[in-house]
Amino acid sequence: MSLVQNFPCFSIVICMAAGIFSTPLKGKQAKRMTLAVVTMVAMMSVLTLLYVMDAGGSFVYTMGRFPAPWGNEIRAGILETLLATIFSLVMLFSLLGGMDQVFRDIDETKVNLYFILVDLLLSSLLAIIYTNDLFTGYVFVEINTIAACGMIMIRRSGRSLIAATRYMVMSLIGSGLFLIGLAMLYDISGHLLMENVHEAVTHLVQTGEYGIPLLVIISFITVGLAIKSGLYPFHSWMPDAYGYSTISSSSILSALVSKSYIILLIKIFYRVIGFDNIVISKIVNVLFVFGLVGMVMGSVSAIMAKDIYKMIAYSSIAQIGYIYMGIGLATEEGMIAAVFHVLTHAITKSLLFLSAKGLTVASGRKRSFSALQGAAFRNPLAGAAFLVGSLSMVGTPMLAGFISKLLFAMAALGATSEKVLITLIVLAVSTILNAVYFLHTVVRIYTPVNVPEEYKYMRVHASPGTAAALFWLIFLNFFMGMMSQPITDLIRFGIEMFA
Amino acid sequence: MGPNLWMNVDEVAAVILFGIGFTTLLLHKNMIKKIIGLNIMDTAVYLFLAAMGYVDNRLAPIVEHGITDADLYINPIPSGLVLTGIVVSVSVTALMLALTIRLYRKYRSLDLDEILIRMQKEEQR
Repeated sequence: MSLVQNFPCFSIVICMAAGIFSTPLKGKQAKRMTLAVVTMVAMMSVLTLLYVMDAGGSFVYTMGRFPAPWGNEIRAGILETLLATIFSLVMLFSLLGGMDQVFRDIDETKVNLYFILVDLLLSSLLAIIYTNDLFTGYVFVEINTIAACGMIMIRRSGRSLIAATRYMVMSLIGSGLFLIGLAMLYDISGHLLMENVHEAVTHLVQTGEYGIPLLVIISFITVGLAIKSGLYPFHSWMPDAYGYSTISSSSILSALVSKSYIILLIKIFYRVIGFDNIVISKIVNVLFVFGLVGMVMGSVSAIMAKDIYKMIAYSSIAQIGYIYMGIGLATEEGMIAAVFHVLTHAITKSLLFLSAKGLTVASGRKRSFSALQGAAFRNPLAGAAFLVGSLSMVGTPMLAGFISKLLFAMAALGATSEKVLITLIVLAVSTILNAVYFLHTVVRIYTPVNVPEEYKYMRVHASPGTAAALFWLIFLNFFMGMMSQPITDLIRFGIEMFA
Repeated sequence: MGPNLWMNVDEVAAVILFGIGFTTLLLHKNMIKKIIGLNIMDTAVYLFLAAMGYVDNRLAPIVEHGITDADLYINPIPSGLVLTGIVVSVSVTALMLALTIRLYRKYRSLDLDEILIRMQKEEQR
C-alpha cells in the first residue's frame, strides 16, 4: 500500500487531533495550528486526487483489521478527493478572509474554542465525504451539526442564539428522519457498508420483496438530508444563521456544511440504493419540484431582503434549489451539473460573504443597502470581489456560474420531455431574478452618491490574509469558468466510479 | 394487517413514539418540551433497532461454553448501534440544553415565540 492511501484517514485524524490539542492553547496559537492543519489537509487531498487520477480508480482503506462486511471503511475516488480538495481550500480561504472578524466578534477567552469547532467541522466534512459506512456517515452528520451550531452561537448576540436554536431544531428533525431511515435500511439489508447494502437492495428489488419499506426508507433518508441542507420549504433557519454569525462561520456554513449533506445524499443514491432504483421510486421528482420552487422563491426573498448578508443568505436558498433541480432531472448530466454547482457555489458564496464583510466594514459596519452606497470605492478589493462573485452567480461567461447554468440547461434538454420546458423556463426566470438583486447591489456599491459624511472619506485596506483569500477565490472562480472541461470530466469520471 | 401489526408490536410502538417525538420537536414552542420531544424521537429509533435485533428464544451474544454457532445468539450489531446513537443523542441534548440556558438568561423565557417578540423589541430600542 502506498503512503498516499493513508492520507484520507490521516487528514480526518489530524483535524480531530488539532481540535483536541487546541483546548489548552491561546487563541492565536490555536489559529496558527488550525490554519496549518487545514493547509496540510488541502495538500494531502491534492496528492490523493493526483494519486487516484494516476491509478485510474478508487481505493478502499480498511479502518481497523476487519475486512469488508464487518469492518469500517474509507473510500477515496476521484469525486471524493476533488471535493475534499475544494472544501479544504474554501475552508482555508474563509478562515483567512474572516480572521480579523473572528477575533473581534468572539470573546478573547473563547477564540480557541472557535478553532476547535472549525477543526471538528473539517474532520466531519472529510469523514462524510470519504466514509463508506452508513452509520459512520450518520455519526459524522451529527458531529457536523454540533460543530456548525457551535460556530453560530459562539458570537454572543441574542440573534445568533435564536438562529442557532432554529438551526439546531431543523437539523435534529432532519437527522432523526435520516437515522430511522438508516435503521430500517439496516433491518432489511443486514449491512452497513455501502457496497453490501447495495447488493442486498439490488437483490430485494429483483425479487420484489420489501417494496414499500424500501420506498419509505428512500423518502426518509432523502427528506432528512434535504431538510438538513435547507431545501426550499425547510429553509427558515438559513437567513438568520448565515446573517448573524461571524463572517467565517457564515461563509463556511453556506459554502460547505449544507453541501456536505447533499454530497452524502448523492453518495447514498448511487452507492447504496442505486440510481436506477431511485429514479423508479420517483423521489427525484419531489426534489425536482421543490428545487424549482426554491430557485424562484429564494430569489424573490433575496430581492426583498433589506440587508446584504440576508440577501446573500436567501440567494443560497435559490442555489440549493438549483442543485436539487439538477439531481431531480434524474440523468447523469443533471447530476454532473449538480455536483459542479456544489463546487461553484462553494467558491462563489464564500467570496460573496467575505467581500460583503469588507464592504460593511467600509460603511461603518452598517449592513443595510442604503449604508453601502459607494462602498466599493472605499474598499476597492472587496468591491471587485463582490463584482466577480455577483457576475458569477448571475452567470456571466468566463466565470464558474456560467458553466453551472450551461450544464443545467444542457442537462435539462436531455431529461424526460415533461421536465425540459419547465426547467428551462424556471432557469431563465431565476437567472433574471438573480441578476436583479445582485446587479442592483453592484450598481449601488459603485455609485458614490448620498454617502453619509461619517465614512465618506474612509479608505479600508484589506489585511494581507483577507486580500489573499479574496484573490484566490476570484482566481478559482475564473479557473473553474475557463477550465471547466477537465473539471466536468473529472466529475463525470467520479460519478461513474460511484456506480 | 391486524395480526402482522400485533406480531411486530415493538416496532409499531417505536414508530408511533417516533411520530410523537417528531411532532413535539417540530411544533412545540417550549424549548424544554422540544428537547423532550427530541429524546423521545431518538429513543424510539433505539427501541426500533433493539426490537429488530432481538430474536425470540436466543441467547445474549456472548460466547459461553465454547458454543460458536451463530444461530444460537441474537444479532449484537443493533445493540452497538444503539450505544453509539445514545452517545450522539446525549451530546446533542447537552448542546440544546446549553442553548436553552443561554436563551433563558438573555430573554427570561423558554417560549420561542415570546423570545422572538422580546428580541424584536430589544432590536427596536
